[in-house]
Amino acid sequence: MSDYISHDHEHDGIDRRGFLQCMAWAGTGLLWTISGGVLVSKTLAQVAKAAEPLAATDLSFLQISDSHIGFSKDANKDVTETFKIALDRINAMPTPPSFLIHTGDISQLSKPEEFDTFDEVLKSCRTKDVFYVPGEHDVLNDGGKLYRDRYLKSVEGKGSGWYSFNKNGVHFIGMVNVLNLQAGGLGQLGDEQLEWLETDVKDLGTSTPIVVFAHIPLWAVYPQWGWGTSDSERALGYLKRFGSVTVLNGHIHQVLQKVEGNVTFHTAMSTAFPQPAPGTAPNPGPLKVPAEKLRSMLGLTSVKYLQGKSSLAVVDSNLS
Amino acid sequence: MITVNTKKKMAALLSTITFLNLSLFALAGEMKNVDNTDKQNKIEIKDFAFNPQTLTVKSGEKVTWINRDEEPHTIVSVEKQFKKSTALDTDQAFTITAGAPGTYNYFCSVHPKMTGTIVVEK
Repeated sequence: MSDYISHDHEHDGIDRRGFLQCMAWAGTGLLWTISGGVLVSKTLAQVAKAAEPLAATDLSFLQISDSHIGFSKDANKDVTETFKIALDRINAMPTPPSFLIHTGDISQLSKPEEFDTFDEVLKSCRTKDVFYVPGEHDVLNDGGKLYRDRYLKSVEGKGSGWYSFNKNGVHFIGMVNVLNLQAGGLGQLGDEQLEWLETDVKDLGTSTPIVVFAHIPLWAVYPQWGWGTSDSERALGYLKRFGSVTVLNGHIHQVLQKVEGNVTFHTAMSTAFPQPAPGTAPNPGPLKVPAEKLRSMLGLTSVKYLQGKSSLAVVDSNLS
Repeated sequence: MITVNTKKKMAALLSTITFLNLSLFALAGEMKNVDNTDKQNKIEIKDFAFNPQTLTVKSGEKVTWINRDEEPHTIVSVEKQFKKSTALDTDQAFTITAGAPGTYNYFCSVHPKMTGTIVVEK
């Protein structure tokens, strides 16, 4: 069964079921709270009015993605600048996030100088802890060696760089699905990583909130463009018994969301350039938009976890 | 006035002859290349696809891929029959020399949906 649009009567790219599953199509700047599989949304403006400081035990973190440092074509000639703007937004938050998650494609071409620029700019961010997973652009020529040398210093990376850690009672799992890809296939986790995952979560209680992050979506967003992971079902099988699973991905440079049982899938905007909605262009290459519109299609994702509640709130905000 | 017109016609005729001669030389050059081993077999990478998707060449001929997308692509032999390319940025090219006769399947390791085939004949 396809998770994507099956009935497009209005030719607007949305059917009823697709609309309910992917309500983030309605635009960014919505707050998502997930409770027992029921999705509730509020606009960012409503959230701002109701904003209260987080209790000391609560957790907030931020997802940034697809910086593509080194990209300089028409879709965005200055991706370093828009990355800086994203960091400025983080620095301006009333409650700074505990840490950042970068869901891959730090660089455009895996070049050391691109990574250097990224690291240099990142120094301006007041949140210092960053957890990484690689995008295919970060591992182009060396199987990810340079990426691992630079970005896995603070974690115990296994295999090609996957790992897990705990924060405030939430179990985080960083996965790699951009290496050893097979001809004709999609993103791939591989047997070794899947076996590790099974063991990693084996002794956790079902009430432990789980956050999985990886570059390529772990759900079939649009396989025709390679927007999916061939063996993600097996990974999700190991996570089925948990009451709250939040899956954060990048790669497709736009916000899409889907809820399936207790699992919420979410993709983030890029800080570099947008990509077309699934199937709306001849190919998934960079989407050129008028300069004044660009920043509204770039952004970051803030995630909050309130201690004692089973749900995580995911808020996307753009850079305009 | 008549003289001028005649001169113009002569000039036009001369340039036509010159042009044709050059064309003939160029054509001869091309034909010579076909007999040699450096015939250019080009595969254009555009819209996340290899064009042509299947290319038939003779053993010893060169095959060149050129990337016309804004996204980097690679050329990787499925059966590891030839050394893989590094990531090709826009307008960058990668060339191999066709070896033993046979079928060589390849793909882009960045976008594995992109696949192609080189058929090498004797």
